[in-house]
Amino acid sequence: MTRHYSALSLVKEGLNNQKGWVRAWESRAPKPRYDVVIIGGGGHGLATAYYLARTHGITNVAVIEKGWLGGGNTGRNTTVVRSNYFFPESVRLYDMALKLYEGLSRELNYNIMLSQRGMISLAHTPAEMEMSARVVNAMQINGTDAELFGPEDVRRVLPIYNFSDKARYPALGGVWQGRSGTARHDAVAWGYARAASRLGVDILQQCEVQDFLIEGGRCRGVVTSRGTIRADRVGMAVAGHSSQMAARAGFRLPVVSYALQACVSEPVKPVLDTIVLSPGAGTYASQSDKGEMVVGGGLDRIPSYGQRGNLPVLETVLSGLVEMFPAFRQLRLMRQWAGIVDVVPDSSPILGESPLPGLFLNCGWGTGGFKAIPAGGTLLAHLLATGTHHDISRPFDLDRFATGRLIDEAAGSGIAH
Amino acid sequence: MQIFSCPFCGPRPEYEFHFGGDLGNHRPEGPEVSAEVWAQYLHFRNNPKGASEEIWLHMTCGEIFALQRDTLTMEAAPGQALTAAEGRP
Ligand SMILES: Cc1cc2nc3c(=O)[nH]c(=O)nc-3n(C[C@H](O)[C@H](O)[C@H](O)COP(=O)(O)OP(=O)(O)OC[C@H]3O[C@@H](n4cnc5c(N)ncnc54)[C@H](O)[C@@H]3O)c2cc1C
Ligand SMILES: [Zn+2]
Repeated sequence: MTRHYSALSLVKEGLNNQKGWVRAWESRAPKPRYDVVIIGGGGHGLATAYYLARTHGITNVAVIEKGWLGGGNTGRNTTVVRSNYFFPESVRLYDMALKLYEGLSRELNYNIMLSQRGMISLAHTPAEMEMSARVVNAMQINGTDAELFGPEDVRRVLPIYNFSDKARYPALGGVWQGRSGTARHDAVAWGYARAASRLGVDILQQCEVQDFLIEGGRCRGVVTSRGTIRADRVGMAVAGHSSQMAARAGFRLPVVSYALQACVSEPVKPVLDTIVLSPGAGTYASQSDKGEMVVGGGLDRIPSYGQRGNLPVLETVLSGLVEMFPAFRQLRLMRQWAGIVDVVPDSSPILGESPLPGLFLNCGWGTGGFKAIPAGGTLLAHLLATGTHHDISRPFDLDRFATGRLIDEAAGSGIAH
Repeated sequence: MQIFSCPFCGPRPEYEFHFGGDLGNHRPEGPEVSAEVWAQYLHFRNNPKGASEEIWLHMTCGEIFALQRDTLTMEAAPGQALTAAEGRP
């Protein structure tokens, strides 16, 4: 039986006709009661289960997923991992995630293929250059790495960019974060699932949470398509379906669900070894290890639960891309898809106990929660284990909408993602 | 391309329209409005999956109107003048 992944076990199983591998995670029947139940088997839910078991020693835990692991946004995203945010609260959060990502392959014994190839957020106008300088200053003051790039630097990292003097999007410079990168999205979900399962967590797929068990004004469990499951505490990390779950629990959220699209081209030789984002053109791209160009952009305009995108936004994204990289006009697209993301007015996540005591929230990551998975898991696990906030999650409580202490990253760093 | 129908202009392409939130989300009135009530009005949304009653702005003509649509199938009924949708004269 081979459990541990290493070069040695590859050789061993190679000689053994690959017959000795054990399943990455076990498929068990639901128990009637757990200490903690987590709704949603995306990255945030699975990471929460792992940190509950590893950091807090709480192993009587189930993750309940209505489809398959990572079949939501975690398996649909464009895998950009970065911490170039504006406000100190956000930088603390996303930097925590990035630091955890940096050690994650080793910690989980699962190669998440983190590739810190750097990311350039382009500025095309003098005004955007000034905004870039402001963001770089804020990031440096917050203690995270950032550099202000000028035109020569862009030329160095993006040799195939359209530098013609007639270019629609001239590259004056931008914000560079060298530690930004990409990671393999499925591997993040599967790695956490495998590590959590090994610590005793039950992973229940094809099991839909339909309602909450509410007794004495407190959440006491969930009603699922595979029966009622009691729990002392319940966490939910269901992204675009958060409002739906909240409605069952009797409250509303400051969330609107939108489709966010992405697409990939046919694979080509390596031509782009950084991540490029142009807020001005509404486009970002990176080249996958297989050679495909992975392309994304802004949100669709119409709130939606239909997991498919709409053409006008795709047209904006692609016309921006081919303007910036004329060589990409020849690329053929292979796939296009969308995920339903949970958009919050201040573009910051919601972490904390919900208005229904005993039910804890991890949502509102919108277009950018893949990069936050290790932190979202750590923080929701802390909430579920202790019933109180971690210092880093405190500012992201739902109460900020009543107190007015919004963390407005859309305005702060001009992010689309 | 999604087509919405403005009560004033008729069927037009989606990029001429802007989403304005839930139908019936009226501004709280009076001197004693709590922070929670303000927050509900300003930020909290129904965000239903399926049938939805919404406010939309047709940016080209400026008409603000009511729209009934389905957020899963993306079917949309023709837009209705706000006065009619809310039973006001
Ligand atoms: C096209 C696209 C590109 C993106 N690009 C990036 C990027 O480059 N960088 C970045 O950081 N982020 C990106 N994101 C955002 C990122 O994907 C999400 O923020 C993140 O994956 C959210 O993870 P999650 O675990 O919260 O949600 P999900 O992965 O969506 O998991 C939620 C799970 O809950 C399950 N669920 C829902 N309802 C129920 C129920 N009733 N019962 C049981 N299970 C239920 C769903 O099936 C789903 O598997 C992108 C998103 C999209 C769609
Ligand atoms: Zn009109």
